[in-house]
Amino acid sequence: MLTNRSKVVVKKEMNFWERIYLPAILGGIIITIKHLFRRKATVRYPETKRYISDIWRGEHVLKRDEHGAERCTACGLCAVACPAEAITMTAAERKKGEEGLYREEKYASVYEINMLRCIFCGLCEEACPKEAIFLTNRIVTTDYDRESFIYGKDKLVEPVDNRIDVTVRQTQAVQEFKQHKSFSHNR
Amino acid sequence: MAKLTIDGVEVEVPDGTSILNAARQIGGALVPPAMCYYSSLKETGGKCRVCLVKVAQGSTKDPRPMPKLVASCRTPVGDGMVVQNLTSPEVLEARKGVVEFLLLNHPLDCPICDQAGECDLQNLAYEHGASTTRYEGERRTFEKIDIGDKIKLHMTRCILCYRCTYVADQLTNERVHGVIGRGDRAEISTYIQKAVDNDFSGNMIDVCPVGALTDRTFRFKSRVWFTDPKDAHRNCTKCSGKVVLWMKGDEVLRVTARKDQYGEVKEYICNECRFEHKKVSDWTVEGPRHIDRHSVIAQNHYEKIDLQKLKKEVERQLEFQRGKQLPENEIHS
Repeated sequence: MLTNRSKVVVKKEMNFWERIYLPAILGGIIITIKHLFRRKATVRYPETKRYISDIWRGEHVLKRDEHGAERCTACGLCAVACPAEAITMTAAERKKGEEGLYREEKYASVYEINMLRCIFCGLCEEACPKEAIFLTNRIVTTDYDRESFIYGKDKLVEPVDNRIDVTVRQTQAVQEFKQHKSFSHNR
Repeated sequence: MAKLTIDGVEVEVPDGTSILNAARQIGGALVPPAMCYYSSLKETGGKCRVCLVKVAQGSTKDPRPMPKLVASCRTPVGDGMVVQNLTSPEVLEARKGVVEFLLLNHPLDCPICDQAGECDLQNLAYEHGASTTRYEGERRTFEKIDIGDKIKLHMTRCILCYRCTYVADQLTNERVHGVIGRGDRAEISTYIQKAVDNDFSGNMIDVCPVGALTDRTFRFKSRVWFTDPKDAHRNCTKCSGKVVLWMKGDEVLRVTARKDQYGEVKEYICNECRFEHKKVSDWTVEGPRHIDRHSVIAQNHYEKIDLQKLKKEVERQLEFQRGKQLPENEIHS
């Protein structure tokens, strides 16, 4: 009785008009016809696509820095922040000569997100101290088997020649912070 | 015996006890933090200045306050002494300043550092420090040094607490490393990378409050909060053999000595236990290690709970539900 909308069921004999059901059927038909002239709730995908917000939380991306080196250092903060425990990683040490590939002396040799477990809450993005992981406005594509939803670095790391712009996702404070080139974080 | 009050709590300790140890007898939040003092190593303390407290009254005989804040780890107690730690805004302000000084040259590489999650400096900065730095100069940097094939020295991260040199002095028979240089040029010297191969040299990893000395066999293997710490022991002729195994699945990633609530090792372990025995079959596993629930390592960490304590906790919560103030917590410490 929280909403006061519950009705007490009364078991009384139906009268003649109720028993022939015609008024009830007509009422139903009127509702159906009304809906024909309403705006449609669906779109004809894939011919038309719905507008997706810039800050939509969709498929993840592992960013590279300006020089093309991977930003992720496998610190594990995203994995510990993840409420669905979808993220796993293995760290490795950067060798001499790989400075262009990885930004810090440690990097993720394996980085996997299970897209079936992921609830797209964006806590990994929030936890990341290196601006490495972002959610994007891309939708995770469908597939036939479960294994293919475990996204590895091959799918997550952005290609060097096809960068994904995430500046719209960053707050003003972050944008301001990034102006200071003297901070070691921005170098 | 001397009777003193710390933050309004009275405690009686033998003469000659330091204020810090007197506070530890009371326990709880009023214990000053310590970065360089180490109870099981002699002569430590007095370097990091984190444990500064205010002595509002020297003793009953001489009730004058001490002119400056004193390092509680090095100052002996007096009868009738009145000490202020958390109750003095002056102390908190000074401690904040000390943390800022400690962090001047400390790199912000916690995402890379293996100590992250169990680092004393991290905890200290989180509790007492400011979140930003005012320092604009270049931080000092050093090359990484391998001390032997088991220990890595990141001099950049060192806060010069000197604990490891006391380990070398007091635990190993032949001192092979110390500190060279003075002031901001001081650094841990390893006798020009001469390997430290004493039986107890591995303990300098445990005593290091920051990630300056880390285990090379554990380097980048896993973050500590993804490992599962378990108490274990084995019969060892050289040491007590009581250790903590940091496991992942059935794999032993790291072996360390057992640290108490202040992060101090009471029973040191030998290098054989620490580095050579990385199989579960080498050890008698006692059960999960007790981890403070405020620690990030307590994530996904389950311990057996004392039923008596659990009963007390349930009663405590019931008390709370009746609208009274939450009584002092005992179960989670």
